[in-house]
Amino acid sequence: MKLPSIRIVTVIAIVLGTLALVSSGAFVARAADPIKIGFGMALTGGLSANGKPALLAVQIWKDDVNKKGGLLGRPVEIVVYDDQTNPATVPGIYTKLLEVDKVDLIISGYGTNLIAPLMPIAMERKLVLMGMFGLANNEKYQYPNYFQIQPAGPEPQTSMPIGFFELAAKQNPRPQTVALVGADAEYPQNAMVGARELVKKFGFKTVYDKNYPPSTADYTPIVRAIKATNPDVVFVASYPPDSVGMLRAAHEVGLQPKIFGGGMVGLQFTSIMASMGPLLNGVVNYDFWAPEPTFLAIPGIKEFFKEYQARAEKAGVDPLGYYLPPYSYTMVQILGQAVEATKGLDQQKIADYIRATEFNTIVGKVKFGKNGEWAKGRTLMVQYQKVQGNGIEQFRGPGKKVVLYPDEFKSGAMIYPYSAAMK
Amino acid sequence: MFSWDLLANAMVAGFLLGGFYAAVSLGVSLIFGLLDIANIAQPAFVIMGAYAAFWLNTAFGLDPILVGIGLTPLFYALGAVVYRIYYESFERRGEESLRGLVFFFGLLFIIEVSLSLTFGVDYRLVQTAYTSRSLEFGGVGIAFRYLVPCVVGMAMTLALYLFLGRTFYGRAIVAVSQDQGALRLMGANPVHIKTIAFGVGIAAASLAGALLISIAPVIPSTDRDYIGRMFAITVLGGMGSIGGTLVAAIILGVAESLMATFFGPSWSLAVSFGLLLFALAVRPAGLFGR
Repeated sequence: MKLPSIRIVTVIAIVLGTLALVSSGAFVARAADPIKIGFGMALTGGLSANGKPALLAVQIWKDDVNKKGGLLGRPVEIVVYDDQTNPATVPGIYTKLLEVDKVDLIISGYGTNLIAPLMPIAMERKLVLMGMFGLANNEKYQYPNYFQIQPAGPEPQTSMPIGFFELAAKQNPRPQTVALVGADAEYPQNAMVGARELVKKFGFKTVYDKNYPPSTADYTPIVRAIKATNPDVVFVASYPPDSVGMLRAAHEVGLQPKIFGGGMVGLQFTSIMASMGPLLNGVVNYDFWAPEPTFLAIPGIKEFFKEYQARAEKAGVDPLGYYLPPYSYTMVQILGQAVEATKGLDQQKIADYIRATEFNTIVGKVKFGKNGEWAKGRTLMVQYQKVQGNGIEQFRGPGKKVVLYPDEFKSGAMIYPYSAAMK
Repeated sequence: MFSWDLLANAMVAGFLLGGFYAAVSLGVSLIFGLLDIANIAQPAFVIMGAYAAFWLNTAFGLDPILVGIGLTPLFYALGAVVYRIYYESFERRGEESLRGLVFFFGLLFIIEVSLSLTFGVDYRLVQTAYTSRSLEFGGVGIAFRYLVPCVVGMAMTLALYLFLGRTFYGRAIVAVSQDQGALRLMGANPVHIKTIAFGVGIAAASLAGALLISIAPVIPSTDRDYIGRMFAITVLGGMGSIGGTLVAAIILGVAESLMATFFGPSWSLAVSFGLLLFALAVRPAGLFGR
């Protein structure tokens, strides 16, 4: 048998020696390695109008944290992939994040459908999962390490419309009849289930209750059929294109119930607010944040919006960012606070801490409860008042989106009926 | 809940919607119906037209429909280039069936992503003074937001009908759809004729897009909502029949509107497409197909 030559032995020794040095060096450098937070986000596709601003808010948080020295003395790095608003991409994205990119923490992408495929992945690996605006994703799993940032509360289906019907019940003269209309899609259908429950609870009479397909091109026939039933209250659960279609059709047809709105997604987005302008006047709709004194008083929020609005134009996203961005920032703010408090990246310790703690954030105090939802729901009802023209500047300050519900954030009185507020 | 008033309103709303559907579907009728090219990127060109109208409206205050008309030469040129690439890469080699379909599928995504990167992903819409108004005649409401697209859609149908029936190039396009070999024997170049037809089809998308953004807010992926309707209208009307496209579009619009008014909007699309299946079972070539 021929022995290996001295040259080959030398080469092997050098390679092994180098590997040993590199690996020992890696241990030394470990403390300065970044903490990686990974997620998929809707940067293209149907939900990208919200996904991109949500990403910008996470980036702002990362920059804020890194300016202060990072987490646990380590810089924070974000690893993000475009999920194309396609749930089928989610398993692949998170497997890559965890196996190849070796991220330390994960957060979800935006929306119920994008969180659903992520739940089993997080559960299998016992990871902390911060969810971004998912509706009742954990109801079936009851996974203890899931925390969802939309302030829907422990009863997500009724928490969204409850403010709308509570307000209706308080008006004088009290409205009697209700029309319910919603898109055939997950969120609107959940909202419709809640609304039906609340109609019974408050003793209203339903005179119209129908769904429509999301790709409807003309809402005039639907609105006309609603008008024919002469309802006092019209509750609409819709996505952005339908919200615009419904509102325009209501004006064209002359639908003037005593209260109109409820669960219309899209009216919160700056581009739609600006283009709808005075058509918004009088609509009572759900929201999560409004530039009213009750919200602007919370520490940190003004600084966040100053930074967000300065960067939004360049990023080509919602220039005001009042809907998702403050909550997207809050979500990672909570995760960061938990990492600092537990002094490590142990998933179970972080989850236990988040479950047990009330956090001070830029949207106020946040405490999680049943199924990882907010312990107490905080879906607002706002009324658009005195909107003039189509400029976006008017929406920066208070007075245009007056908070009516809940009482702790109330910033003005409701103009009733709808026809009085339309002027 | 039935009333004559509601019925009249539903019929009128459906008719107006049908006029708009015709405007959106004419390009498909020309390219898919006559040339037999499965251009599934056509709705993406419509969305491109919508963004062009939005951009020129917000930047310079130009009327969206005038922008749609003004940009037709540009869209025509774009269509001609796209067809040439398609021809050289697939049709000339006889690989147009499946690979051509993939080409247009890819084109659809490229247009969507390009629009996302250029305009962002926010919902965009255009408000004009005339589209915010509505009229009422004897209890029947007419929203200008649908009346204007309907009138423009009908004008487009008439223009295309006259172009195909009365002009040399129009007749050549009809001929190329019937017998390319015979056309070649007459001394005309089928590829040249098809380039013109494809260009006209894409030019129609420019105007259809301007109408769309006047009606509803648009994001780059809105095209997917219209693919089904556009091809269904083309097939129902009879492949390549321009008048048939208008009739089919109105049938679909009225069916949707009647269902939404009287039986619940959930059923409107299902019934419309059910109607399509029924019509094809009875008349496989479509209403006006040969």
